[in-house]
Amino acid sequence: MSLRALNHEEPDRLYTVTGGRSRIDDDALDLVTLVIAENDPAPGMQSEHVTILRLCRHEPVAVVELSSHLRLPVSVVKILLLDLRDTGHITVRHPTSANATTHLADLETLKQVLVGLESL
Amino acid sequence: MDSKASDRAAEPGPAGAQAGAAGDVPLRRTARDALKIVIVGGFGVGKTTMVGSVSEIRPLSTEEVMTKAGVGIDDPSRVADKRTTTVAFDFGRISLDEHRVLYLFGAPGQERFWFIWDQLFSGSLGAVVLVDTRRLEDSFYPLDRLEHHKMPFVVAVNRFDGPDPQPSLGQVRDALSLDEDVPLVDCDARLRGSSKDVLITLVRHLTTLHDPAALHAPAAIKEAAQ
Ligand SMILES: Nc1nc2c(ncn2[C@@H]2O[C@H](COP(=O)(O)OP(=O)(O)OP(=O)(O)O)[C@@H](O)[C@H]2O)c(=O)[nH]1
Ligand SMILES: [Mg+2]
Repeated sequence: MSLRALNHEEPDRLYTVTGGRSRIDDDALDLVTLVIAENDPAPGMQSEHVTILRLCRHEPVAVVELSSHLRLPVSVVKILLLDLRDTGHITVRHPTSANATTHLADLETLKQVLVGLESL
Repeated sequence: MDSKASDRAAEPGPAGAQAGAAGDVPLRRTARDALKIVIVGGFGVGKTTMVGSVSEIRPLSTEEVMTKAGVGIDDPSRVADKRTTTVAFDFGRISLDEHRVLYLFGAPGQERFWFIWDQLFSGSLGAVVLVDTRRLEDSFYPLDRLEHHKMPFVVAVNRFDGPDPQPSLGQVRDALSLDEDVPLVDCDARLRGSSKDVLITLVRHLTTLHDPAALHAPAAIKEAAQ
């Protein structure tokens, strides 16, 4: 099912996926927060939760990549992820920049970014 | 792992839409700090092309929705109605070292998509404004928002072939009223080397913002000094 179908043809499903919940603490997860599964899916788990746990079982996966794979809007995926975090099924690695007080990244980070780009 | 890879290979369809969450290359297990750069610009200006030309994965795409009441799905009857706006954006990534990975986002610059910008700009290193000289006015709104967010940026002119004479970079700078401190470069988003140069220009620019002796201390420095 495509995201477009979800949005325009089956509006009820987005509601079902999140159990009707909407607002989340918007700062709790960044688009690029990395997610790692801590254990296997439990029997009877919601299918979206199962998919997330499978996707980040071996390597960390960013919130936005999970959203792309699940074909669900970012805000819906964040709600699903907070469920999993609160029940200990996942841990998250927040971007360092999320705590930054200014827009400007530190020089060491910028230097590493330059090295990475130059070796492309 | 194996089954995942073969699933992906069997999946047809447009790039991104069907790709696995990990794309073609999974992140390193040790990855723990993700960085962001945002590429913003008008319709068809080459955002997806630029993301794809430097990314280690095929560009992936996803969407965010906003109801009138804010980001999030408030009640099922509102999801599909006119008060909902959906914005599609795409992204790729570049693993920098054991711990750091850089995400590149291609985001539409139109005003009605403002609600994705806070999420994209939050914690972002900086931005690239992609410009098509045939539609310079498409850049006005993104430039205005970047200045408002005090987000450091560079401007890249994506040169499309056309019968019309191309304006010089100086003419583009004037037309966009760009401050002389803002780097302005030509690019061809289809070429990895050219897109790479644009990103390097941005990161070098960010480095110079660290120099307190910089003649015209830009907004980011003033803020950092507070
Ligand atoms: N000549 C030329 N063509 C380009 C360049 N960059 C992109 N294109 C072409 O322009 C078209 C649009 O590029 P996209 O990357 O899809 O642009 P976009 O900004 O992602 O477009 P939307 O997401 O639809 O707003 C494609 O056919 C590209 O091949 C460039 O630097 N030079
Ligand atoms: Mg695009």
